[in-house]
Amino acid sequence: MRRFLLIAIPYAWLLVLFLVPFAIVLKISLSDAAIARPPYFPQFDWAEGIMAFVRELDFENFIFLTEDDLYWKAYLSSLKIALTATVLTLVAGYPIAYAMARAPEEWRPTLMMLVILPFWTSFLIRVYAWMGILSNEGYLNQILLWTGIISEPLTILNTNTAVYIGIVYTYLPFMILPIYSALDRLDGSLIEAAEDLGCSRAQAFWLVTIPLSRPGIIAGCFLVFIPVLGEFVIPSLLGGSGTLMIGKVLWEEFFSNRDWPVASAVAVVLLLILVVPIVLFQRNQQKQAEAEK
Amino acid sequence: MSRMSWFNTVSLTLGFAFLYIPMLILIVYSFNESKLVTVWAGFSTKWYGELFQNDAFLNAAWVTLKVAVMSSTLATILGTMAALVLVRAGRFMGRTLFSGMIYAPLVMPEVITGLSLLLLFIGIGLDRGVMTIVLAHTTFAMCYVSVVVSSRLVTFDRSLEEAALDLGCSPAEAFRLVTLPIIAPAVISGWLLAFTLSLDDLVIASFTSGPAATTLPIKIFSAVRLGVSPEINALSTIMIGIVTVGVISASLISKQALVRQKRDEQAAARG
Amino acid sequence: MQSSTFAPWEDPDAKPLIRFKNVTKRFGEFTAIDNLTLDIFEREFFALLGPSGCGKTTMMRMLAGFETATEGVIELAGQDIAPVPPNKRAVNMMFQSYALFPHLSVWDNIAFGLRRDSKSKDEIKARVEEMLRLVRLEKFAHRKPHQISGGQRQRVALARSLAKAPKLLLLDEPLGALDKKLRQDTQFELMDIQEKTGTTFVIVTHDQEEAMTVASRVAVMDQGQLMQVATPDRIYETPNSVYVADFIGDVNIIEGRATPEGEDGYHIDWAEGQPALTAKSSAKFDKGQKCHLAIRPEKVAISAERPADAANAVQGRVHDIAYLGNLSTYYVELADGSIIKAQTSNTRRISRRSFTWEDTVWLSWTATAGVLLAN
Repeated sequence: MRRFLLIAIPYAWLLVLFLVPFAIVLKISLSDAAIARPPYFPQFDWAEGIMAFVRELDFENFIFLTEDDLYWKAYLSSLKIALTATVLTLVAGYPIAYAMARAPEEWRPTLMMLVILPFWTSFLIRVYAWMGILSNEGYLNQILLWTGIISEPLTILNTNTAVYIGIVYTYLPFMILPIYSALDRLDGSLIEAAEDLGCSRAQAFWLVTIPLSRPGIIAGCFLVFIPVLGEFVIPSLLGGSGTLMIGKVLWEEFFSNRDWPVASAVAVVLLLILVVPIVLFQRNQQKQAEAEK
Repeated sequence: MSRMSWFNTVSLTLGFAFLYIPMLILIVYSFNESKLVTVWAGFSTKWYGELFQNDAFLNAAWVTLKVAVMSSTLATILGTMAALVLVRAGRFMGRTLFSGMIYAPLVMPEVITGLSLLLLFIGIGLDRGVMTIVLAHTTFAMCYVSVVVSSRLVTFDRSLEEAALDLGCSPAEAFRLVTLPIIAPAVISGWLLAFTLSLDDLVIASFTSGPAATTLPIKIFSAVRLGVSPEINALSTIMIGIVTVGVISASLISKQALVRQKRDEQAAARG
Repeated sequence: MQSSTFAPWEDPDAKPLIRFKNVTKRFGEFTAIDNLTLDIFEREFFALLGPSGCGKTTMMRMLAGFETATEGVIELAGQDIAPVPPNKRAVNMMFQSYALFPHLSVWDNIAFGLRRDSKSKDEIKARVEEMLRLVRLEKFAHRKPHQISGGQRQRVALARSLAKAPKLLLLDEPLGALDKKLRQDTQFELMDIQEKTGTTFVIVTHDQEEAMTVASRVAVMDQGQLMQVATPDRIYETPNSVYVADFIGDVNIIEGRATPEGEDGYHIDWAEGQPALTAKSSAKFDKGQKCHLAIRPEKVAISAERPADAANAVQGRVHDIAYLGNLSTYYVELADGSIIKAQTSNTRRISRRSFTWEDTVWLSWTATAGVLLAN
């Protein structure tokens, strides 16, 4: 009995508040928009029976997504931004993780904490901090004008560049931590062995360090790529009207256009796109866990 | 490692400068006299004063705190139960679905979680307000808690529980008197994680809140959309300050405990 | 039968404290305990000895209540214990990892079980202090487990499991985590405490020396079955199988065919061109039956000349010498290539050793030195 309750309570909670909502999203994505409350059709009606209800469902919204180029452009642009930002974060994060792993033993806990600390501070505030820096009258332009590097203020805020900066900034800890933990476990004598066997420093790095930290690199990349794909806050605060990201489109479709069926269809397609990286990520984590056994 | 190479020193310096300078600027300019945030006009704490006069912000902060305390507590209970199920329950019907539902919310875009929960609340006719945000936050935070707690449970020595049973505990007593005190640090850090996630969340709260309940992130977001403001700088500084003090003292306490334990163990080994 | 020595197992009227009746335990396809029957008596110090995976720990966990038998009955003081949950059994266990509660002090660890029995504060205090005295840890009562040494932790675990005065104490590899010197001291302490408290101890171990030292009886196990249950000296001197002979101590096994001669004597033909060996055995062998002669190395004498009156003597060449300090073991290669070990105690300085590598020597033993085994 006790075991039953232990399983049943969290199970029921997740079924009702996680799985059922998905079923509803799926269902509404197959419905039609209507000027009513709630604004979609058909409503489920016990009197008419389930078949009559199912017959009203169709893929109209999904067809609409393919026809209006706003949507597929938004998906493509989200993918492009997520991919580029992941590469940028990796380029910025790897040297930091590497330097942390090579730092004196007694510094490492402090360095770790310095990486984790931003993770605990509000995401929104960290994104907001860049608004003051990147705006036309912002601190960055002030410094650049003052030093004479530029004569006209650069327009960075409300462009994709600002979005990239924001993503790299906020997701950097997610990239650093898994790479650091992979590098930290790396046995220093392996590098010495490689050098002993005739590798140069660079070759040893390329042939030993990089392959052995690959699980950390892969985990870090997925930890950045997956959430960035559905990101909303960064493009809406730092991006401009030209920044197309699917999370923002979904938000606007829902809150501004009040088109629930299309918003639901956008969500379903986003989820389908995400399945691939999520499955790959899980497999990478599993492989790593098995390797550690 | 004898000495840091110049390359490593440079990457650490640049990396941490990149991570911290934006926040430092924010903090410095929260003490700026001028309404124009980007122009320094002398030291002042007037924006903090104004912030504490602003009822809308104070109300939102109060709602956020309530939501965070309730949802993180609920999430800790449910998440710990889920962790016990994952690690201990063995096989049962629908186990794969269960672990899927635990891990999926971790990688789910917030917009989708928010949207789906909103549609559920509307579907069952639940009025949106503090309650609905608590339900939503509990649902995704419990998954984080269960991941944290189950990673501790995996390394838990089962013979401790067997010893408690052997000495006359009922299974429930064994859990309360032995298991729970030992996994307590993981449960507490799970609670803290759930608490911060709830404090921090904008997207899910925006979907699931009603006009009656505005949380601080929602309030900040709508204010920030109009541009940078010194009041928000002051608010951010307070929030950063609280987190910094919290994280640093937590890590100092745990470090001290670790040092003490190491010293004790060495002393014990010497006899 | 009434004798001055403690041997209830020889008394047909004695009631066993624990009785395994045809117990089988399966984990899925794997049979951990195979139709096993065994009696253990009150006040015994009983050792379950065997290699890892032989089922000894499973037997102990069934007694503690953490596993239930698939078939058969386990009785404690005449009662079937299957329906009794572990927390209701008058059985306590000392865990291999000690399982000391890390968040509780030594005092609270020992008091833990007493508190479950709703005893009064004074009773608990008196009992905990008694236990602390027993294991000589009065000074460490308020330390946490990580603040004391491994040997002290072991004693806390022992005190904790004895505090409730169980009818039966189970010890799972109790000395496994200690280093050799400490282990030897602790063995005697364990025996002392067992005698003082009069509790029945069942110990699980893979260390044959430990089992031989502490136990009143030893059960040698293999693959879920009891190979032999007897006192340590009987296990050593009269093993009932090649497995037991080989598992306990060092032994030479000579395979041959028996021919009865006289009342309980046998000739053993064992190698082409070698004279037959003679041995006495109470077990009966038919003419030509395959048999194994097990002889302990210390019962084999080594000499330069053939001893005149030896019942058995074979010639060989010293192949190797293992010097152990107090003893030396000579590995002597016979003409057919087989090796026989002979052990001598080094009562003289090593420089006076009589034999060295490649010397031709004679090995000899009496007719009663070895045990004749069928399998």
